[in-house]
Amino acid sequence: MTEKYFGKAMKRVEDPRFITGAGNYTDDISVLGMVHAAMVRSPYAHATIKSIDSSAALALPGVLAVLVGKDLVDAGINPIPTGWLLPDLKISAHHAIQPHEVNHVGDIVAVVIAESRAIAEDAVAIVEVEYEALECVVLGSAALAEGAVQVHPEAPGNLAFDWAIGDAAAVDAEFAKADRIVKLQLRNHRLVPNAIETRASLAEYRRAGDEYTLHTTSQNPHIHRVMLGAFIMGIPEHKLRIVSPDVGGGFGSKIFQYPEEVICLFAAKRLNKPVKWTARRSEAFISDAQGRDHETVAEAAVMNDGTLLALRVDTIANMGAYLTTFAPAVPTYLYGTLLNGTYKWKAIHAHVRGAYTNTVGVDAYRGAGRPEATYVVERMVSTVALELGLDPVDVRRKNFIQPSEFPYQTPVALVYDSGNYEPALDMALEKLGYKDLRAKQAEMRKAGKYIGIGVSTYVEACGLAPSALVGQLGAQAGQWESALIRVAASGKVEVLTGSHSHGQGHETAFAQVVADELQIPVEDIAIVHGDTARLPHGWGSYGSRSAPVGVSAIKMAANKINDKAKRIAAHLLEAAPEDVVHENGVFHVAGVPEASKSFFDVSLMAHLAHNYPADLEPGLEATHFYDPKNFVYPFGTHLAVVEVDGATGKTKLIRYVCVDDCGPIINPLIVEGQVHGGVAQGMGQALLENAVYDESGNMTSGTYMDYAMPRADDMVQLEIGHTVTPSPHNPLGLKGIGESGTISSTAAVANAVIDALAPFNVRHLDMPFTPEKVWRAMHSAKLAEAADD
Amino acid sequence: MAKVPITLTVNGQTTTKDVEPRTLLVHHLREALYLTGTHVGCDTSQCGACTVHVDGEAVKSCTMFAVQVGGSSVTTIEGIGEIGHLHPLQQGFWEMHGAQCGYCTPGMIMSAADLLQHTPNPSEDQIRHGLEGNFCRCTGYHNIIRAVQHAAQHMSPQRELAQAADD
Ligand code: FES
Ligand code: FES
Repeated sequence: MTEKYFGKAMKRVEDPRFITGAGNYTDDISVLGMVHAAMVRSPYAHATIKSIDSSAALALPGVLAVLVGKDLVDAGINPIPTGWLLPDLKISAHHAIQPHEVNHVGDIVAVVIAESRAIAEDAVAIVEVEYEALECVVLGSAALAEGAVQVHPEAPGNLAFDWAIGDAAAVDAEFAKADRIVKLQLRNHRLVPNAIETRASLAEYRRAGDEYTLHTTSQNPHIHRVMLGAFIMGIPEHKLRIVSPDVGGGFGSKIFQYPEEVICLFAAKRLNKPVKWTARRSEAFISDAQGRDHETVAEAAVMNDGTLLALRVDTIANMGAYLTTFAPAVPTYLYGTLLNGTYKWKAIHAHVRGAYTNTVGVDAYRGAGRPEATYVVERMVSTVALELGLDPVDVRRKNFIQPSEFPYQTPVALVYDSGNYEPALDMALEKLGYKDLRAKQAEMRKAGKYIGIGVSTYVEACGLAPSALVGQLGAQAGQWESALIRVAASGKVEVLTGSHSHGQGHETAFAQVVADELQIPVEDIAIVHGDTARLPHGWGSYGSRSAPVGVSAIKMAANKINDKAKRIAAHLLEAAPEDVVHENGVFHVAGVPEASKSFFDVSLMAHLAHNYPADLEPGLEATHFYDPKNFVYPFGTHLAVVEVDGATGKTKLIRYVCVDDCGPIINPLIVEGQVHGGVAQGMGQALLENAVYDESGNMTSGTYMDYAMPRADDMVQLEIGHTVTPSPHNPLGLKGIGESGTISSTAAVANAVIDALAPFNVRHLDMPFTPEKVWRAMHSAKLAEAADD
Repeated sequence: MAKVPITLTVNGQTTTKDVEPRTLLVHHLREALYLTGTHVGCDTSQCGACTVHVDGEAVKSCTMFAVQVGGSSVTTIEGIGEIGHLHPLQQGFWEMHGAQCGYCTPGMIMSAADLLQHTPNPSEDQIRHGLEGNFCRCTGYHNIIRAVQHAAQHMSPQRELAQAADD
């Protein structure tokens, strides 16, 4: 028997470099003659640029150039396009260096290139920019209000788009039948993704071939090549190589096309020198695309027994100053379509308006639209239970889509591929000891101690597909993935994948799949990613697509290798290919295992082609471009337990149980790691994190001293379980797991906090649940009394 | 800006380099000595990605100028172990999947090494508290805790043996 790798908790093959400090991140790379860029950024949220005087900066020894917006425009550099178009979308040009007007604090107005980073940063401080400050607007609803300041002339009333999904009349009809209407007003506040590695770029230009190489912190190097090459800079794609080496986390923020890559490439050619830029954290806070930022009114029509009838949702999505790469898709197709959750709503209608504001652009952040949707649905279902005096678990169970009902057509376009929600719920309840904990909670309340149990039974949609469908929805990109498997003469295997790993462990998990398929040792396989000069075109990693789409492509390519290998083996065994079996790591004629050919024998002969089938091409290499038939729909139950301190209002997560179903698990170590990190980010939103802008558009939480990210002592050890419900439509049944934790946990923790506050008649509070906010809620009755006195 | 010579012993090797007085230790390590295992994650001394040991104590190397540590002995992630001879913490991070993107990992390991020096058998709470100065955005700290526990388990017998030999 050959070893089976699928399902094994294999230690990661990428770790030796990470644990010894040998990782190779963009900022670790230095080349001869390299110079450094530093950006001059607007301190105003909205202003016109009157003049720029760079003479003092240029006089500083070591400063090589100061480039402004006009330099790029004059050279024919186009604005950065939006990669997802909705009907009647209002797009305002986003220039890498804004020539006339700035629209958020951090917008780039000039770049200094100097011999060292320190000199470049010194020079930034003395580039004299004269601004005429304009009024600004920072909140989505304020931007859409009558008489609001106009951010862009192209978008009257600051309305970037007005989008709806679902059957409004059907919703009205259900509302007319309902015993009760439950209403919630929710703010899903803004977040900063905060990968610990900040963005960086190193651009090189070679005059000899008129060629560019860009090392950059990217989740999807080919998307950058298309955008930079074909749309922005007019560089033929075959003259532009994008390398995304080790990347220190992405969470969505490294999908997008940012100005700095354009600037570095432009400057590299202009100065004929390699140009490096690495963001400071303080720059990241005002230039990395941010997440969430919804204001929502949701209403549910329900019966007194807890039956859910219909859901009506109205959301204002703050898009920030520019529509970045996939921004329009996030609060629309990735949000409105997921408002069904795991329940049998008879009708749903969602209306979403995208608002321009003078803030950093908002785009996909881990979960992208789906955490926002899950927050609405799961908060709503728990509120329904609270108002009806029912257990939130019972209401969920009563309304679950049943296993026999898949594929399930929701009222908001999606067709769920497979699911079995109750076993995951039951396993989670069992792990938590739900009944006992409820009893304990009641006891504790008598003693003046407040714990809360939060439930979230989520479903998510990942691995967007097929390409033709996402094209109809407005994507300016395909959503298939590529795999190229190249077998060397010695039987060693290179797997080139369009999926990019920036922490997800692809080099291990993908190799496990290939090792099983080709029946070879995992050590003989290298996973190659992140370099457009080596890979076929691929679309990269986001939206939890690497397993369902990327691995499926690899599996299909492996099938092709096996088919060809079998023909070569058959020739060597002097047998018909249909009589040859591939088992235990060798090829032999069925029933005659004594005479066999190894993978090495076949690989070698594929290269020598000495004793070889006449009608077969030499070589052993196969490519597959896999375009899935549908999304995949992972699901599960998350249960959070928090304790609220009555004296201080401080909320502490004390237990967290989750049971996720992402189909068959390639590597449990990696899958659980994804869940851990996702849960921490989701709980971070609920309890800690908040991107706060003041009225002038300054981000007042723009450092790690002000923006509270979860630290080790904010978290608990998670209690994790799995159920396995394969996807019926991809070859290994895989579903994604990269975002589930974030998608589900924010709602679970929020529900736990509100549950803890039930004795104080708190029905809803907006996140994040800071001690002051919680304390005020606990004492509001007393505070009101005091005010009356 | 005028440069001044500084002599440092880094991972056992003594070198003298001319540096600008304003050069941070982390930049000196990364850019002059090409020890890029020590990372930079912030500009406010909050993330711990830059943690190294100076004369045996963990410090955030972005909070010190290179000239402040002249004559000192510095250990970076490159100096605490290597493939074949991993430090128990490196082994722990590998066994327990304590690294995802790997960016925080060197700083985490260096901070944890300091913790284990002072607290050889830390409780979960002590580990969480000890690593409070280090951000990780990928792991939710779950496997980092387990990695440190793994290391503590594998280090203490070694220590006891060493101690027994000393006695
Ligand atoms: S880089 Fe030193 S603490 Fe963040
Ligand atoms: S492993 Fe990515 S930041 Fe810790």
